[in-house]
Amino acid sequence: MSQKDNTVELLTGKNNFGKKSRIPAKLDFLQSVTGLFLALFITFHILFESSILFGKEAMYRLTKLFEGEPFIEGGEPLIITALAMVIFSMFIFHAFLAMRKFPASYKEYQRYRAHRELLNHQDTNLWFIQITTGFAMFFLGSIHLYMMMTSPEKIGPYASADRIFSDWMWPMYLLLLVSVVMHAWVGVYRLIIKWGWFDGKDPRKNRKRSKLIIKVLIAVYLFIGLVSLASYMKIGYDHQSDYGSRYVMEKIK
Amino acid sequence: MINKSTQVEENTEGYREIEITVFRYNSQNKNDTPEYQTYKLIETPGMTLYIALIKIWSTMDHHLSFDFVCRAGICGSCSMVVNGKPRLACKTRTNEFEDGKITLLPLPTFKHIKDLSVDTGNWMNAMSKKVESWIHTKEKTDIAAIEKPIEPEDAQAVFDLDRCIECGICLASCSTKIMREDFVGAVGLNRTARFAIDPHDERTDAEFYELIGDDNGVFGCMSLMGCEDHCPKELPLQTKIAYMRRKMVKA
Repeated sequence: MSQKDNTVELLTGKNNFGKKSRIPAKLDFLQSVTGLFLALFITFHILFESSILFGKEAMYRLTKLFEGEPFIEGGEPLIITALAMVIFSMFIFHAFLAMRKFPASYKEYQRYRAHRELLNHQDTNLWFIQITTGFAMFFLGSIHLYMMMTSPEKIGPYASADRIFSDWMWPMYLLLLVSVVMHAWVGVYRLIIKWGWFDGKDPRKNRKRSKLIIKVLIAVYLFIGLVSLASYMKIGYDHQSDYGSRYVMEKIK
Repeated sequence: MINKSTQVEENTEGYREIEITVFRYNSQNKNDTPEYQTYKLIETPGMTLYIALIKIWSTMDHHLSFDFVCRAGICGSCSMVVNGKPRLACKTRTNEFEDGKITLLPLPTFKHIKDLSVDTGNWMNAMSKKVESWIHTKEKTDIAAIEKPIEPEDAQAVFDLDRCIECGICLASCSTKIMREDFVGAVGLNRTARFAIDPHDERTDAEFYELIGDDNGVFGCMSLMGCEDHCPKELPLQTKIAYMRRKMVKA
């Protein structure tokens, strides 16, 4: 948009043709698209992380697969850097779009909070979870993604466990896990309502059903995530004396 | 916030005693301070909050202000916050509340007048103008002629949305409206949906976009569903807002 067009909108609230800007429609749509993309990503990411529950070798093989080992000998961690860059860009863009909805002043916050407490309405309370976890992830998500971008080679059964246990990253990962699981699934529920995806013949009944499924998914993903984190903690604890050494598969040894 | 002295009605017929606590404040009087006042009264069979309030007003406190007209859930005047939930006083039975304790507040987001009375009318009028809440057609209307017939399903869908009584409960249940005064709310979006599905109205999606295509309109809605869950007429607000959003994204 040119400076001249911007000035016209500044002065009239409309564009050169006397029409309302289409930007709000695009922002709303893109907020949903980026949110859905990130939610789908995290759905698979947590499952891949949980490969540690099937043993160190399973996690190692999966890591190498993501590094393109079938095609590149020994794997190329730069693939992870590239993937992390894509996710980080999407993450920043989604945060930028979603910020529009945050309470932006004391007055807005006070009114929102007092009203939420008065109303005690479940979906309104769920949104509080979303803005709280969203805000927390500005920082928690950035730490994790920056590390994955800059140190992609430090992923593996021992490397990840050392990072989590010996490098004291577990409190950050614990908070990030809870935040991302809640935020993603509540967000998906919101998308279902927002765009009327599964309205069917009885939208009210289907909304209840969607909410129930989302609650179950939150519980399942929190469970998988927490058990995986505990598993990395255990490996990291046992591996303290060999901190920094990397996992080598049994048959290669 | 001061708790005013409690007024008590004498129990002579053996019915349960209930406590109704009311927000008291006169916005017109600069020297007034907000207070809660509790009234104890005897619950009679089938008592609604409207009946209870009339009883308080006629036998205990003639200065208490609240709005009502139809007493039958049609005019939308007696909406207020009942134990945290925006509801119609005339459609709320006192026996729903097991402990017999009921707190009544005026609807938030609207201009407060006095006690439980707020000005919904001027806001609704402004909203109607904002979303151009009337049939737009190039055809010259002959009011003596029978209206052009439409499919029964279309008529039914329009009538369904026309059941809105402008009580303001959707707005008082909406976090967006609470934070952002200019938001047109479910009542406004429902109104545009009503005209968008009416074959008599010739407006295009692009024309509706000019009315609700921004963050004060459909893109301001965060889908928190306070409107849907509190609407006393059980209007299909969830699906109709989604319907308008899908249309406006493509407009």
